[in-house]
Amino acid sequence: MTAGGGFFADRFGIDTRIINEILSEALSHGGDYADLYFEHRQTSSILIEEEKVKNASGGIIQGVGIRVVQGDATGYAYTEELTREAMRQAARTAAKIASGNRRVEPVEVARRSTPDLYPVRVPPWETPAREKLAIIRRADVAARAYDAVIQRVVVSFADEVQHMAVATSDGTFVEDVQPMIRLNLQCLSEEGKNRQTAVGGGGGRMGLEYFETHPPEELARDVARQAILLQSAVDAPAGVLPVVLGAGDSGILLHEAVGHGLEADFNRKQTSNYADRLGETVASSLVSVVDDGTIPSSRGSIDVDDEGNLPRKNVLIEEGVLQGYMQDRISARHFGVAPSGNGRRESFRAYPMPRMTNTYMLPGESSPEDIIRAVDRGLFCLSYSGGQVNISNGDFVFSVTEAYLIEGGRVTSPVKGVTLIGNGPDTLSKVTMVGADFQLSDGRWTCGKDGQSVPVGVGMPTVLVSGITVGGTQNE
Amino acid sequence: MDDTERSLNLAEDVVRLAKKHGADDADVLVAAGTEFEVTVRQGQIDRLIEAGSKALGLRVFVGGRPAISYTSDFARTVLDQLAQDTVERAAITDSDPAAGLPDADEWRTQFEGDLMLDDPALSDVPNDTKIEMARRCEAASFGFDPRITRSDGATCSTEVGVRALVNSRGFGGGYRTSGASLQIEVMADDEDGKKRNDHWYSVERFFDRLEPPEEVGRKAAERALTHLGARKVPTRAVPVVWENQLAQRLVGIIARAASGEALHRRQTFLMDLEGEPVASALVTIIDDPLIPGRLGSRPFDGEGVTSRRNELCVGGIFSGFLFDTYTARKTGRRTTGSAVRGIAGAPSVGTSNLFMEAGTASFEEIIASVEDGLFLTDLMGFGVNITTGDFSQGAAGRWIEHGKLSYPVTEINISGNLQEMLRGIEMIGSDLFFRGSAGAPTLRMARLMVSGL
Repeated sequence: MTAGGGFFADRFGIDTRIINEILSEALSHGGDYADLYFEHRQTSSILIEEEKVKNASGGIIQGVGIRVVQGDATGYAYTEELTREAMRQAARTAAKIASGNRRVEPVEVARRSTPDLYPVRVPPWETPAREKLAIIRRADVAARAYDAVIQRVVVSFADEVQHMAVATSDGTFVEDVQPMIRLNLQCLSEEGKNRQTAVGGGGGRMGLEYFETHPPEELARDVARQAILLQSAVDAPAGVLPVVLGAGDSGILLHEAVGHGLEADFNRKQTSNYADRLGETVASSLVSVVDDGTIPSSRGSIDVDDEGNLPRKNVLIEEGVLQGYMQDRISARHFGVAPSGNGRRESFRAYPMPRMTNTYMLPGESSPEDIIRAVDRGLFCLSYSGGQVNISNGDFVFSVTEAYLIEGGRVTSPVKGVTLIGNGPDTLSKVTMVGADFQLSDGRWTCGKDGQSVPVGVGMPTVLVSGITVGGTQNE
Repeated sequence: MDDTERSLNLAEDVVRLAKKHGADDADVLVAAGTEFEVTVRQGQIDRLIEAGSKALGLRVFVGGRPAISYTSDFARTVLDQLAQDTVERAAITDSDPAAGLPDADEWRTQFEGDLMLDDPALSDVPNDTKIEMARRCEAASFGFDPRITRSDGATCSTEVGVRALVNSRGFGGGYRTSGASLQIEVMADDEDGKKRNDHWYSVERFFDRLEPPEEVGRKAAERALTHLGARKVPTRAVPVVWENQLAQRLVGIIARAASGEALHRRQTFLMDLEGEPVASALVTIIDDPLIPGRLGSRPFDGEGVTSRRNELCVGGIFSGFLFDTYTARKTGRRTTGSAVRGIAGAPSVGTSNLFMEAGTASFEEIIASVEDGLFLTDLMGFGVNITTGDFSQGAAGRWIEHGKLSYPVTEINISGNLQEMLRGIEMIGSDLFFRGSAGAPTLRMARLMVSGL
């Protein structure tokens, strides 16, 4: 902290001297490397239901996670007490992983600067709760006004500001302030006994200025529309069909089908179906996939990762050929490559792992209209409630919440209860058209791995997959 | 003073602070504990985690308006500020006659028996023993069959802690709690460079009740090997047999539909069906927080309401919904003591030890009864719609041919509607399998659509 000051120095008196002392303690049993991850996160949320503000909540979590690495082995400890003694104690606990006699002295930390990918103009954490409430009430009003069929609306808004700092035994010290907002909406439409729910959300690493370009009414009307659409939706077909994945949210397919399998820890451990396949063709030549932590204000972006490495735009697949994995420190050393800025963690209580940031497919040349026209009988999928992958065999599923039949090259009836199931490399080899209409999903996705959740972004142009198994009830 | 008393005293202090700052009512949940976790992979220690942790959540009501705060900083000045902030936060919420603490009648008679929530020997188990357990577990997988080539690691973890809840109307309760688990995931190499993986785990409150590491390792290996050569099957509707460890998930889905929250939000296919047949007469589902030593056991719920055994479904008849205080008042019912509460949020409706009662059929009889169908061992994805009962999930398992388990299947999907699925339960096994806080026997469903080729 040669530059002096900083959040944790000002608030908790954690200066360079203390940091070096704790890192030194962490390496007292040997160990190749140690790092400290400081976190102070302030959260706030408001819930509206039945036109009433049903709850307001908030809080602070703070603490430090201390990691010691020797070879491939990690010792980890954390404490909520940001006092010198508690941190030294945690460092001694983490140090137990190491068993060498060689004592490594940490390099004195020096502050490193980061990009500023998410400047905030209207910080929610400095805005009176009543003003935030006024904005989100607009979503509630608009959803209920959309149609008398909309019987129930639940709106929630959450914001947080997370101060983090990473100090490493190889001399890096970096601090960041990571904002996040998210508006969520749930609508129930009811006609007789036919009740249908739809959910939606949006946000990102930004402040309340988000709503200047994304009026809450827009999201509200879109979710209400989906809830009503489901009233007339037909049961999903069952069997293998051509599927057009709409631009934007369909990026979740990419996240599941290839993203997780390209996280380097699974490949280091040889548990991914993409292990040892660098340079091989793993997708149609129309497919190029990147993971990019540097998209301004996107939900998955980071000024710095949780191990102190700067984010990059990493090419994972280029024209169908596997180019690289997403790395954290441990895996990068294993593969002998530079860390790719993908070392992320849920909180100070959790160790970092290779994680996605914003994962998307690059646009192609087809027009979305031509892609639809190319399908005689198939599905057009637009919105999803989530997906899951088995990274070892590559099988994935995802649940589609807004989908339509395509008949004779035209989009026809809405369909409900659609699940897509497939195998990552197999599905990507069947991509036969890629649209020129790239879209990044609005910030609503959270990714889970080993019990740790982190915010991510996804994106996709319109894409045609010649065949995916559609799990429905109506045998084709 | 032991740590349960210390936590109770802290919770009482914070309730007092909230009252001082103007709360009419308040409750405080304090949770603290220590955790240890070791992962052994390919014979080496991959990761060791050891830490202590604590937090408290404060809920206030000011003129019927609720607000919630949480913190992990227990400094007196911080807690005083927290109490004041929380009372101020309630200024923006709306008064709701259904909001508030439970009626005192609901906790007046407290549960007095010994639920065996805490393993007194756990703190004395040396970390080296846990490391050795993980090693033995992994070694058992590799030793079972040379085709097991990779492990994602065997993990042994333990936690001990305390939980205390106090409210401003006179409720106070606390208990020590413990947990231990052992798990492993392994892979076998299949043709075409594919990997086939599966896992097994054991989780208990008492360390010495964990399945032996050799058993956990062997079962994971055995399961992974059964997937070798897995393939898709042609799309068609067939009978489906749910493996007992997976049928737990179906029971969990039914409990979500039977939540008072879903009823209050009109988002459940069980609406208007209390007292009606909703499942085959073979089906009985119970939620029982009073089973000694089980992971979901507790003397009182997340609001202090005395725990009781609740029937969800008896002989196929839907007994009724589960409620916390708020959803009970909203729907004109009484709480069933089913509130669950975390540190950071409001109480919500949840289950404790949830299980489907065993039937009479043996596993072999059930398999033998199927001419052409699916033995379901795994489900994937999010395709369950509680509002409509529509069910569509990714699946894996083995095909049943002429009453015998045959080749493995993968990359398929099963679809149906929960109302028909529950009515279509034709056989229930005598092999009730309880793990953690959930239990179910093997069961056979008449017909589900299997999508594949």
